[in-house]
Amino acid sequence: FTGEVRCEAPNNKLDKFTGTLTLRGEKYALDNEKMLLRGCTIRNTEWCFGLVIYAGPDTKLMQNSGKTTFKRTSIDRLMNVLVLVIFAFLALMCLILAIGNGIWEHEKGYYFQVYLPWAEGVTSASYSGFLMFWSYVIILNTVVPISLYVSVEIIRLGNSFYIDWDRKMYYPLNDTPAQARTTTLNEELGQIKYIFSDKTGTLTQNIMCFNKCSINGKSYGDVYDMSGQRIEINENTEKVDFSYNQLADPKFAFYDHSLVEAVKLSDVPTHRFFRLLSLCHTVMPEEKKEGNLVYQAQSPDEGALVTAARNFGFVFRARTPETITVVEMGETKIYKLLAILDFNNVRKRMSVIVRSPEGDLTLYCKGADTILYELLHSSCDSLKEETTEHLNEFAGEGLRTLVVAYKNLDEDYFQDWIRRHHEASTALEGREDKLSELYEEIEKDLMLLGATAIEDKLQDGVPQTIETLAKANIKIWVLTGDKQETAMNIGYSCNLLNDDMDDVFIIEGSTSDDVLNELRNARKKMKPDSFLDTDEINIQFGKSSKKPKILPDEQANGVYGLVITGHSLAYALEGNLELELVRTACMCKVVICCRVTPLQKAQVVELVKKYKKAVTLAIGDGANDVSMIKTAHIGVGISGQEGMQAVLSSDFSFAQFRYLQRLLLVHGRWSYIRMCKFLKYFFYKNFAFTLVHFWYGFFSGFSAQTVYDEWFITLYNLVYTSLPVLGMSLFDQDVGDCWSMLFPQLYVPGQQNLYFNKMVFVKCMLQGIYSSLILFFIPYGAMYNTMRSDGKAIADYQSFALMAQTCLLIVVSVQIGLDTSYWTVVNQFFIWGSLSVYFAITFTMYSDGMYMIFTASFPFVGTARNTLSQPNVWLAIFLSITLCVLPVVGFRFLKAQLKPTPSDKVLLKIKEAKKRPPPPSPKRRLRRTSTRRSGYAFSHQHGFGALIMSGRNMRPKSPFATTGTFSPNSDKHKQKGL
Amino acid sequence: IENKMSFLPQKEGKHPSRCPDNSAFKQQKLPAWKPQLTTATVLSTFFLTGAFCLSVGICLILSANSVREVQIDYSDRCSDCSKLRENSSNWNRECHCSVNFTLKEDILGDVFMYYGLENFYQNHRRYVISRSDAQLLGQNVNIEKSYCTPFTMYRNGTPMAPCGAIANSMFNDTIDLFYNLKSSVIQVPLLKTGNSWWTDKNVKFRNPKAYNLSSAFAGTARPPYWWKPVYLLDEEDERNNGYLNDDFIIWMRVSAFATFRNLYRRVHRIRQFADGLPAGNYTFHISYNFPVTKFKGRKHVILSTVVWSGGSNPFLGIAYVVSGAAATLTGFVITAIHLKLRKKKTYFQK
Repeated sequence: FTGEVRCEAPNNKLDKFTGTLTLRGEKYALDNEKMLLRGCTIRNTEWCFGLVIYAGPDTKLMQNSGKTTFKRTSIDRLMNVLVLVIFAFLALMCLILAIGNGIWEHEKGYYFQVYLPWAEGVTSASYSGFLMFWSYVIILNTVVPISLYVSVEIIRLGNSFYIDWDRKMYYPLNDTPAQARTTTLNEELGQIKYIFSDKTGTLTQNIMCFNKCSINGKSYGDVYDMSGQRIEINENTEKVDFSYNQLADPKFAFYDHSLVEAVKLSDVPTHRFFRLLSLCHTVMPEEKKEGNLVYQAQSPDEGALVTAARNFGFVFRARTPETITVVEMGETKIYKLLAILDFNNVRKRMSVIVRSPEGDLTLYCKGADTILYELLHSSCDSLKEETTEHLNEFAGEGLRTLVVAYKNLDEDYFQDWIRRHHEASTALEGREDKLSELYEEIEKDLMLLGATAIEDKLQDGVPQTIETLAKANIKIWVLTGDKQETAMNIGYSCNLLNDDMDDVFIIEGSTSDDVLNELRNARKKMKPDSFLDTDEINIQFGKSSKKPKILPDEQANGVYGLVITGHSLAYALEGNLELELVRTACMCKVVICCRVTPLQKAQVVELVKKYKKAVTLAIGDGANDVSMIKTAHIGVGISGQEGMQAVLSSDFSFAQFRYLQRLLLVHGRWSYIRMCKFLKYFFYKNFAFTLVHFWYGFFSGFSAQTVYDEWFITLYNLVYTSLPVLGMSLFDQDVGDCWSMLFPQLYVPGQQNLYFNKMVFVKCMLQGIYSSLILFFIPYGAMYNTMRSDGKAIADYQSFALMAQTCLLIVVSVQIGLDTSYWTVVNQFFIWGSLSVYFAITFTMYSDGMYMIFTASFPFVGTARNTLSQPNVWLAIFLSITLCVLPVVGFRFLKAQLKPTPSDKVLLKIKEAKKRPPPPSPKRRLRRTSTRRSGYAFSHQHGFGALIMSGRNMRPKSPFATTGTFSPNSDKHKQKGL
Repeated sequence: IENKMSFLPQKEGKHPSRCPDNSAFKQQKLPAWKPQLTTATVLSTFFLTGAFCLSVGICLILSANSVREVQIDYSDRCSDCSKLRENSSNWNRECHCSVNFTLKEDILGDVFMYYGLENFYQNHRRYVISRSDAQLLGQNVNIEKSYCTPFTMYRNGTPMAPCGAIANSMFNDTIDLFYNLKSSVIQVPLLKTGNSWWTDKNVKFRNPKAYNLSSAFAGTARPPYWWKPVYLLDEEDERNNGYLNDDFIIWMRVSAFATFRNLYRRVHRIRQFADGLPAGNYTFHISYNFPVTKFKGRKHVILSTVVWSGGSNPFLGIAYVVSGAAATLTGFVITAIHLKLRKKKTYFQK
């Protein structure tokens, strides 16, 4: 095989490809029809020839996945700003002290030169001040928290491990634990405001279940107990035994025994119903081992219907272009397939025309109720009413419904029709129109058979999760490649959309103007005021400026949903419509974007990131979600299913959508609170520590004299205070996990960034300044002009240093104790341990032995023994603690009493609730009262009909299919033997 | 399907399950004490702290008031000497001055004599580091490497012993106390040793080892401002001479602030002074050597008794009383607010 391919450069257009293949001098056109995208599964063939055109990052799918950017959290950015602010603050302090030094040297130092000459080279007070500026930069640099970055990373790493370790996020069925793949984004999990979710594989399992049906006016599928009450179906409910049917699919579960009874009693409509299901479809069977039938359906809905028929005894076993082999109640029948009237989006139905072995000509049709009801024979009117009732019932439970009908055909008419059909299908012009006319002609006066109800199985706990997340004020946007019907249907079944909503806007305009109008109308309805000139946003955005602006949150006058199709979205994402889209969409509680490309998913996320000051999270399972996962602040991949691309590009991954609530409400919230507490404390302790030097400057001639022993300065951040705060930020829990799940409102402060922002930082700074004042002036006052109880002097520098540093260390330890709300053994160990280590190290360093060995390094010999034995030193320490901590206690308590934040109120509620026995876990089932119905969901495109009739996809016939017996086929064994 | 089967738990024996351990630590379920700011704890904290601070404060004030203290600023009283000392060329001229004072009541118990300096920046960074601890330990070290500059060596290369600005500026006034009983004048016996920390005297300061003290300091010279070399600081007492001199040791323990007092002498409780200082007229005889007027410094001499909490400084006592009062008051305010809020709450609940 030698040839040449000339084609376009790698790009991200999924629906276009141009190229030519030159093979032995001949040129073949390569277009999109001949291309398979990365990730496609080839079915119904054992082998095929292919040529890889682009691989890896050059594939169209990967080109769609967007750039990988380095993600940082908002706290990171804030921290950088704050560090700059602190640098400025440091410069200011140094400047003040340098000026002070200049003045002091001029006023006093100049005259004090008898005892202390100026340093060499210093000739003037101002030069001394200049030098002192740099000395103070060195002394006061501890106010810049250098170790902050390291500690922050350690905390994030620790909190990421908790995610990996959480058994409540472990999915036993495929042995998948949750995984934090990025360890630097944890606290942002506690601030999510927008969730962008994929549908298939994320919200749904992509499994369809034949759940209920209505046959000839009788509804099947519900289970009733003796008293006629409906029973909730759960794992313990007795399943229908299909063992009588050896070809049954063991995974199929059905609970209503009356349907089997009806089949066994040979009820004619029931048999016809299942016969229809086994004949009217485009499913391909595969039987590699006898009796082990596998159906390959283009849409899982069809697969579910055919599987249902199979289990009830109408086993679709094989097909050829002309025949369909069905094992009806154990008896093999070969139907002649005369025509497939294929599905498309307009018709919303499909039919087959078959000739039974007995020679009857029948048309079987299944389709959306709205369409099919128009085509029924008038004799079905009463049945229609009963079926409608059942349909409403099914739709109310969020099931996808289909109506099935049949029609016996007249031989002569059919022969005429098939001739015309043949003509039409070979016509060169207007083939589509002619065909659909013909289809419409024959699909009328149908006899209603009943309806099917299929459950698009949601992943476990999806509606509950969505409800909880909604309570936490998180907005959920569903971005799916599915079509509108399906997407909306899932929207209803997982409680995103419901009938209590004031309105659900559907944006499906196909021009830019249409889309604009639809968006405007929606906004007009939600917030008429927003069109007034006085509206703040209009004013703000009226002014042109290049800087991207942040949209404030707007409140709509009710609860609204928005559905937008990919086509309209393409217009809406263009230039001037962008703002309109984001304003309208963000006012809605729920937004569903359907038929969107992977790139559009990313664009939508980007849009919200651009205009909203909010943290976004994208969750998905497939390669088509990679782009949005990478774009969002946080990307979550659903793991444990086929395909790893989403997981590989995600920041967090787990197996089930429902774990999202635990990730956000428990891990995210804790991480956020811990991080904020850590930052607050860290800044506080550094301010309290460093500013004491600043005050001392005023009393020591601005000479850059430190208050503390230099060893203490070295060890303070490293040894004495690092572990308690790490302990707090790894173990702290303000409320337990079950409470934060029970009260999702507790999540809201994180979204509003309430626990750590510039304001909080200023408060920390003020508290630090206050503490440093206390920590300087109490020891100062206590030592001023006084003596020890044995008459010796006390106010020497070393004693003062020891006293001040002991005060400081105990105060910051008490402060961390006050901040810690969850004292585990580790916390106790760290806090008490740090204090003991301080005293141990201090006594060791100030011991005689150390002085004799390292004279120059430990000049504080004896200070600890002499000073810490004095009662007034301890009294001063106690007073410092009281004055530093008691106001904080009072302030916190009064603030919670007088101006309780909403989360304070919830905490109070929890405190009261804890006194009572724990609440029963909320197990109420979400009942919807939807009257909406139908979600006829076949494939995205037209069906396989043409392909099947052409026979191109048929392999050599399966040897089992031709026989009606279940005995092992002897031919095959013979072949194998050969 | 086969692929899925391999994930089922039955086959766990082959593949170890990835299920996380069920340990309290990993599941964040470590048993913990969860203290909370309840009304009861907050109020009891405030009231208990308030009561404690108030009582400690009153005790402190009472005991500070029981301290008897006489403080005399002699930088003005000896203005002649001050002026003399302003001119450094008069360094070798002795100047004496007497300060009289009257005790109206006996001062009972141990009486301590301090000298106090004001506006003397012993805590200046360059001053604080201007010493060589190794030298003071009697070790033979090269003091050029220390921070002693400019008081390290004379031009001729003789090192200073002790070196540095601290040692050079040592307080060198001598103060004697005389009791004027009727017409006779009795010198109050004063103890000049035992005034420093034990660790300083026995660990931190050591004379160089030699056959006698003067030879130990051979090859060194006194600091420029000193009148006599270090081995002549106390000729009477070998144990109080050289680096081991108490006055020197006390001076070398630099003060944290520019205003400070150092213990100078203790009254030896013998004879008339066995119970302390009796009431009467006294005179300080001061040999005024230490110039301070140039940098607006002041000198004091202080006689004081001590109690368990130290001297007469009432700061701690007052601070305790104020804090205690504030804490108690806040306690009442919080109680009031709490009661009011509870009333409101029950009102709403009705």
